[in-house]
Amino acid sequence: MADLAMQNATAAMTQPLGQTLAAGPRGRKPKKRLSRANIIVYGTLFVMAMYYALPLYVMIVTSLKGMPEIRMGNIFAPPLEITFQPWVKAWQEACTGINCDGLSRGFWNSVRILIPSVILSVAIASVNGYALSMWKFKGSEVFFTILMIGAFIPYQVMLYPIVILLREAGLYGSLTGLVLVHVAFGMPINTLLFRNYFSSIPEELFKAARVDGAGFWAIFFKIILPMSLPICVVALIIQVTGIWNDFLFGVTYISSPDRYPMTVQLNNIVNSVQGVKEYNVNMAATLLTGLVPLVIYFASGKLFVRGIAAGAVKG
Amino acid sequence: MLPLIFTAMVIFLGGTLWTVVYSFTKSGLLPRLTWDGLAQYERLWSSRKWIVSIENLAIYGVFSLIGTLVIGFTLAALLDRKIRGEAVFRSIFLYPFALSFIVTGLVWQWILNPELGLQSVMRDLGWQSFTFDPLNNPEIVMFGLLIAGLWQGTGLIMCIMLAGLRGIDEDIWKAARVDGIGTVKTYIRIIIPMMRPVFVTSLVLIAAGIVKLYDLVVAQTSGGPGISSEVPAKYVMTAMFGGQNLGQGFAASTMMLVMVVIILIPWAYLEFGDKKHG
Repeated sequence: MADLAMQNATAAMTQPLGQTLAAGPRGRKPKKRLSRANIIVYGTLFVMAMYYALPLYVMIVTSLKGMPEIRMGNIFAPPLEITFQPWVKAWQEACTGINCDGLSRGFWNSVRILIPSVILSVAIASVNGYALSMWKFKGSEVFFTILMIGAFIPYQVMLYPIVILLREAGLYGSLTGLVLVHVAFGMPINTLLFRNYFSSIPEELFKAARVDGAGFWAIFFKIILPMSLPICVVALIIQVTGIWNDFLFGVTYISSPDRYPMTVQLNNIVNSVQGVKEYNVNMAATLLTGLVPLVIYFASGKLFVRGIAAGAVKG
Repeated sequence: MLPLIFTAMVIFLGGTLWTVVYSFTKSGLLPRLTWDGLAQYERLWSSRKWIVSIENLAIYGVFSLIGTLVIGFTLAALLDRKIRGEAVFRSIFLYPFALSFIVTGLVWQWILNPELGLQSVMRDLGWQSFTFDPLNNPEIVMFGLLIAGLWQGTGLIMCIMLAGLRGIDEDIWKAARVDGIGTVKTYIRIIIPMMRPVFVTSLVLIAAGIVKLYDLVVAQTSGGPGISSEVPAKYVMTAMFGGQNLGQGFAASTMMLVMVVIILIPWAYLEFGDKKHG
């Protein structure tokens, strides 16, 4: 290792000399090295990539096999005969308890939870962030600090008091209740995101608008909102994946199995103790549930990374 | 701002205080304000299931912290070696983070299936004595969960570490080369100490996630075999919504809060303490 570094060091030092000698773009290209170090680097990366990629591969191949093939065969082997029957069955017929209309029910429940939760939480968080960065009032920082500390409190501590609140409001067990819970728990991270983004907007802009007589909402809608598209997308990604993947709140605040979100229903289907285990249907169902966040992940690229780096606090 | 004030004061602050207060009461099926002193906590700490939960969390926590930091940093360092196909590797390492713990748990439950999964494949390949059945072996079940947990979570830490590595000045590397310090040595002696803030952030993120460990266990093992993979968060849920034993649930969740506070106070002290004085 040490002499390799030395070699690099000498190469780095002689480079300017080489360039002056052979001026122009025809200059000697850097030597291509398939050194021992490179083999170790790529080898390790490949082995690790196997570990990360394998489960997705296993999910896909298992979901395309028939049960007889699974029973006799190799979990890693590609399917001999491709069948989409498990997917159809997972979507339309898989049973949870007495309901046998498949995961589609959970999917639509999740959609009905997701859309209002995401819209509400992004709307509220953007106004919060705006107010916190430009319309500070007495105590606003205190409330914000409490909100941020709250993001670290284990959810279990607050679960039961929320049950009581929702019951008092007549919303316990309903999708509306769950939406409100998602909005509340999404608030710390999203408010932080918007607040930090808005603090980077020059204050002169805000002051000029005030002088022109624009009020709280006029400034928000005419100046701030048009500037905040990138941060809205990041907030959207955090909220969609977070709410779609939620299990704890779904299982706590939804009282009847036919309103369960997709994750809860999936767990009930796969971990049900009755009947013969159909691994292909289970894997198709698992993939179906993972599909929404996976599509968002592969479609959003770098924005996703930004989103999760910020959203990680929420866990 | 009203929703923010409501969430901060009523749900977060009010809810937490409410739970802590009621953890000292005789609440059973319904919350009751009958003072019971520390009885719930005595019952909690004499419960076999709770002790197992705490031990499991400790095992999972230690290995998860070390594993995530080592793997996360190694992957980031490898990706930072100006390699080809960096974007492809990065998206392979990170995609599990987009998936829920339920999906993660169910996939790994299937891969670790003793009759049809990894174990049987290795045996069919001719390695007859190969035994790896963590989900049915109480001794190593937590490691079965760990494999899945690391799979899901290391990508995030890799990303944070990679951002940290990219923030380090090229000149440091040049200086190390001139001095003839090897690559690995440079990482250990120079780069890692420089990345202390990144490591601290990662540590807090991982630790806060560990305390919340719940969905993964529910999906992958349901706490089994027996009670050998129970965790505190699951104990709380069972006591509150399964066992109609609210007081136990409140006491156990208050203990979870204490754990988080123990993790956060040294961090907050390190992070904000110095700035106030300096």
